[in-house]
Amino acid sequence: MNAVEIRDLNVWFGDGASRTDAVKQVSFDVAEGESFGLVGESGSGKSTVLRALAGLIPSWDGSMRVMNEPLGLKRSRQFHKTVQMVFQDPYASLHPRQTVDRVLSEVMHLHGVKDVDTRIEKLLRDVGLGPGFRFRYPHQLSGGQRQRVAIARALAPEPRILLLDEPTSALDVSVQAEILNLLADLREEHGLTYIMVSHDLGVVGHLCSRIAVMQLGELVEVLGVAEMRKLKAQHPYTRHLLDSSIQSVR
Amino acid sequence: MSEQHLLEVDNLWVKFPTRSGIFDAVRGISFSLGRERLGIVGESGSGKSMTGRAVLKLIRKPGFIEADRVEMNGVDVLNASEIRMRQLRGHHASMIMQDPKFSLNPVMTVGQQITEALRAHEKVSKQTARKRAVDMLDAVAIREPERVFDLYPHEVSGGMGQRIMIAMMLIPGPEILIADEPTSALDVSVQLQVLEIMDKLVSDRGMGLIFISHDLNLVSKFCDRIMIMYAGRIVEVCEAGKLHEATHPYTVGLLNSVPDLTHPRPRLEVLQRDPAWREMPSVSALL
Repeated sequence: MNAVEIRDLNVWFGDGASRTDAVKQVSFDVAEGESFGLVGESGSGKSTVLRALAGLIPSWDGSMRVMNEPLGLKRSRQFHKTVQMVFQDPYASLHPRQTVDRVLSEVMHLHGVKDVDTRIEKLLRDVGLGPGFRFRYPHQLSGGQRQRVAIARALAPEPRILLLDEPTSALDVSVQAEILNLLADLREEHGLTYIMVSHDLGVVGHLCSRIAVMQLGELVEVLGVAEMRKLKAQHPYTRHLLDSSIQSVR
Repeated sequence: MSEQHLLEVDNLWVKFPTRSGIFDAVRGISFSLGRERLGIVGESGSGKSMTGRAVLKLIRKPGFIEADRVEMNGVDVLNASEIRMRQLRGHHASMIMQDPKFSLNPVMTVGQQITEALRAHEKVSKQTARKRAVDMLDAVAIREPERVFDLYPHEVSGGMGQRIMIAMMLIPGPEILIADEPTSALDVSVQLQVLEIMDKLVSDRGMGLIFISHDLNLVSKFCDRIMIMYAGRIVEVCEAGKLHEATHPYTVGLLNSVPDLTHPRPRLEVLQRDPAWREMPSVSALL
């Protein structure tokens, strides 16, 4: 079964003369349990696809289905229980005046989770933080720990699909490795489906099995990670992207 | 010997008084910079940016600097007055910050900012300043420099913004360029282009470059010498070409934690920090 099916998705901002088409005629499928990557430069529309899917952008047309449910402009409670998002910058995505406990329990109350107390402890353990972190404020956490809390928050309603918007780009390489390992473990444990946006091909290649390349709002190529590693890309833009990331590594 | 070096730093400390005593961000490091490209690598909090700022005395109060010697082109930076420092900054050493969005003035046009940088250090007419600014924009590979000259920072992309920063920093003709994570806010495809432009300008002018970054691989490609910092000290100094021969476990850990496209691994190596690294004496990076 496909966890996500997107057909002819268009997303635009503004109206009339100031209208910008951020995403044009994008179609792809993500199988259940798959880890799918979206790459491209800033402004290529990769994050916009993710945000439109999450219901954060109202101006779109085309069709999107999640777990065979067609999505409309308004999302059901069930949708938000199935699909959760982890944002790029853990410094901006956590409320500075709320403790970890409050951040996590709020989500659980919204989704009617009983037994909040034990769930919070389990969640914190799952993301590799001890119970000692429960009553801390974000400023008492490092960047990596904050991103772990953000991941715990996304996992709180026990979602099936996780949308990851550059989850490690604000972190150091050493911390990035920890978070990527954590994401890989969580996917295995909970059988999650990932859609991950990143501009770092190394990161996407590490975590994802299929990768879609976007340029100027269009999806130019979808390729498997094996082809990407052999640098066998069809589209010239993909080759350019691969070349520049290989060079920056060597 | 020291005349040949653009910069000499001996036993530099950067300290911040806190409620629970003095916090040392940089703990007694020594290094010198010739006409070379020196990379400073480390994680957040390792003191790499503080080192770059301390050289220009840009540490914000209540933080302060202590050192046996900081000498830039024969000028004693430690005892230089603020007026003298303003002459040094830009004229002898410039600094490129991480994010062009925050380091360009949003209410001045690109051209005004570049000419301001030039006219602060040289007496030139408006027309000459404009001409040289346009030439400089051209040198950092900006197409239609005449048009970009009159744009505001929000009208240019991130990569362009960073090239404008480079233009602005290089126009007074400094001998030292300190680049603090100049490309981490940029896309991979643009990153390389910006670095190549910076690299070319620096080597053409025979300048000294201090390149601060958390990306070891990137630094090894664009630098001659690398110093690796941990907890405010230098743990290892090596030639960029011999990075793979590095022996310190921290350096090796940093190298291995990067996901590599062509050499996949099922799990990434996670850095195991040894408390002893904090206490080891700082390695000298003097030439």
